[in-house]
Amino acid sequence: MLFTSYSFILFLCVLISLYYLIPKRLQWKLLLLGSFVFYFFSGWSNLLYILATIVSTYFIGLKIDELNRKQADYLKENKEKLTKEEKKLYKEKIKAKQWSWLLACLFFNLGILAVVKYTNFAIANINSVLSIFRMTELSFVNIILPMGISFYTFKTMGYIIDVYRGKYEPERNIGKLALFVSFFPQLVQGPISRYDDLAQTLYQEHSFEPKTFSFGFQRVLWGYFKKLVIADRIVAAVLTITRNPEKYDGIYVLVGMVFYAIQLYADFTGGIDITIGVSQMLGIEVKENFIRPYFSKSIEEYWRRWHITMGTWFRDYIFYPLSVCKPMLNLSRFSRNHFGDKIGKRIPVYTATLVVWFTTGIWHGSSWNFIVWGLLNGIIILISQELQPLYEKFHQKVKIGDTFGFRLFRIGRTFLLMSSLRILDCYRDVGISFKMFFSMFAKPDLKPLIDGSLLKLGLDMADYIVLIAGVILLVSFSLIQRKGSVREMLSAKPAVLRYSIYIVLFFTVLVFGAYGIGFDSNQFIYNQF
Amino acid sequence: MKKKKIISFVIVILVISVLTVLLQKLLMPKYMTQIVEGALTKEYYYEKNKDHDVIFIGDCEVYENFSPITLWEEYGITSYIRGGAQQLVWHSYYLLEDTLKYEKPDVVVFSVLAMMYNEPQREAYNRMNIDGMPLSLTKLRMAKASMMPEEDLITYAFPLLRFHSRWKELSGEDFRYWFKRDQISHNGYLMRVDVKPVGRLPSPRLLDDYMFGDKAYEYLDKITELCKKNGIELVLIKAPSLYPHWYEEWDQQMVDYAEKNGLLYINMLDDLDEIGLDFEKDTYDAGLHLNLSGAEKASKYFGRILQSRFNIPDKRNDEKLKAIWQEKADYYYKMEQEQYEELEKYGYLLKFNMKRNEENNIKP
Repeated sequence: MLFTSYSFILFLCVLISLYYLIPKRLQWKLLLLGSFVFYFFSGWSNLLYILATIVSTYFIGLKIDELNRKQADYLKENKEKLTKEEKKLYKEKIKAKQWSWLLACLFFNLGILAVVKYTNFAIANINSVLSIFRMTELSFVNIILPMGISFYTFKTMGYIIDVYRGKYEPERNIGKLALFVSFFPQLVQGPISRYDDLAQTLYQEHSFEPKTFSFGFQRVLWGYFKKLVIADRIVAAVLTITRNPEKYDGIYVLVGMVFYAIQLYADFTGGIDITIGVSQMLGIEVKENFIRPYFSKSIEEYWRRWHITMGTWFRDYIFYPLSVCKPMLNLSRFSRNHFGDKIGKRIPVYTATLVVWFTTGIWHGSSWNFIVWGLLNGIIILISQELQPLYEKFHQKVKIGDTFGFRLFRIGRTFLLMSSLRILDCYRDVGISFKMFFSMFAKPDLKPLIDGSLLKLGLDMADYIVLIAGVILLVSFSLIQRKGSVREMLSAKPAVLRYSIYIVLFFTVLVFGAYGIGFDSNQFIYNQF
Repeated sequence: MKKKKIISFVIVILVISVLTVLLQKLLMPKYMTQIVEGALTKEYYYEKNKDHDVIFIGDCEVYENFSPITLWEEYGITSYIRGGAQQLVWHSYYLLEDTLKYEKPDVVVFSVLAMMYNEPQREAYNRMNIDGMPLSLTKLRMAKASMMPEEDLITYAFPLLRFHSRWKELSGEDFRYWFKRDQISHNGYLMRVDVKPVGRLPSPRLLDDYMFGDKAYEYLDKITELCKKNGIELVLIKAPSLYPHWYEEWDQQMVDYAEKNGLLYINMLDDLDEIGLDFEKDTYDAGLHLNLSGAEKASKYFGRILQSRFNIPDKRNDEKLKAIWQEKADYYYKMEQEQYEELEKYGYLLKFNMKRNEENNIKP
């Protein structure tokens, strides 16, 4: 069930009506049922995968907690009998058992993710090697990637690691845990919520609050505007350019790059707007996932503002544990001893950073394109960190202040840099991606921008007018947003103006949205991640 | 405060509803030129006097080949053609079901050519046959039975969801016919006076299977049942169009079906001489459809059968009906006159040749 399908709108109307009509204590149960119905419609076999994840995480969570209790009881009972050393040994024994359970949970669930997502990628790579030796190649397997598996797997892994770390107690009601994992607005493309952020608001009883509901509805409408009016319209040109690299190189690559940046932003943030808006209509608060990322002045800042919940997940559950794990500490010691302090302290940080970006890349998709994309992100971040002192020196000498023009330059530079990296997202392999990137410099012919060639990319003049108007609206919205919540500002305006804006937005989506026959309404780009 | 909020909410809903209706009317295709058959379904609901002796259902073989005005003038039979472009058997069934909500004719005539189709053919034909109907369960059931895989049922309840993207192609015609339409048919008959003689007909290709499909039979059974239930005589008819080819195997199936169900089946292709059709003069597209002169000949022939077999009384002396039909006939002859004048002036009919109009810079 796609967010942009009529069945989703119908599903939402029924669910929200029931949600506020039934006794409040049943609300979370209705949400659980609704989430399973939602998931069922994306393919009943998907349910098996998510159930396996829920059940395994639930029982292992309880098991870890049981070991905690056992330890506490044992230590209490034998407080006087045991020596300090014996207590430490016992604790280590329990921790080792908990560690084993945690590993079992991670292996099982990440194993499912790996099998469904990466089997064919692995086969393709094995086949490349086999073909060198002219050996019989392996057949690909037919596995359908369950919707949102990367998102819910990461959610549950975050949960079980936190339980292991003792950050909070495990959820004892399997239904409630199931709701946390399968909460339908987040199933499609995140955000990757943390249990301690989401759980309470999810299970609370919610009364109908007109203002909250209206704010949620406005956000949903805004999300549909981004997705249907902008993302699903511009995709035609993006696909024309990127699927025909032999025809569209040079300046077209730049056009495709910028168009894809617009598409991805409108698509992903639009989807998140719908997620957060729907949750808000249900009285549930979900964390923000974007803070105007295209206004970032550096790549580091960009990653703090884009897909925030994914970035923090990788930071908390991969980067930090990796940085302080035993092998890394050994590496650190070894590096310092052999290469000196300056280089030695960098090696573990670099290694952890590159591992994180490698994982981020492969999380985004099972292809070398994403792996290279991830690693390039990491390398650029490291280089910019290294060059920071140089920049500072240069700035002191040239005396460039923090002027509007310079800020704009930095924003433009970051936008183009990130857009260049995303070329790897668009073309079929790494080689073509690089070839297309360099063709921008090798064939700097600007004629297609003015000779009407852009009208042959699947968009006509009317589409461009809608897109330009849409992008201007997006940018204006973001600029206003810097001063505070746009919805709060609107709510202070006279009712006639306010409602006129809502009605215009509603009809803009209805009429100018690229949906229905004649438009292949695209799945949200992040659905498959 | 609460009251004020409720009033605001009601006003917003009202404004949205009104704007939705206005936009829907603007953005839906008007079918006033070129593909005028798209306007046929809707036109029936504008008909003031919905009380006919005979209702025709079917595809172009009814709305191009029979003239209700001729049936009235020659036999005093009142009739209406509920035809539509490539109207499939299930379309015909549901259109008949809907028609019976307004009137109960003595005879229903079903054009059997549609039996050759067992699956929905094109979304465009579905829209032309269904969109003109007022919203009802019948309409939704018809849409459900007709939809292509890429279609959504909700777009038949709210066609704006289907036609929203027409904002790009809005023309003067859309604004001119935003709230009112021209009458394009004569009780469902689409008039063409131009002539294109039959040349060489393509040879009929061999088929793998000559049996009509299950779905086609299922809905023919439903039509038969519906007519029986309402005490209506059902006549199966193969109109005298030369193409698409009507195979003997198909004809035999209809003969058998009619016999089994006690129905009258007429294959007019068997009586071309008796009808008096001359395919050098009586067709406007080389044998696919009859022109006005052909349709009048076919109607005279068929009216005779209707009157003799079903004792449909001659109502030409009914003063009220006489006045109604006189008005219809006046419009009929006026259009005929205008079409002949156009033919003489331009050499073709403007309404049906928009491309040539553009080439010749003519705005009809």
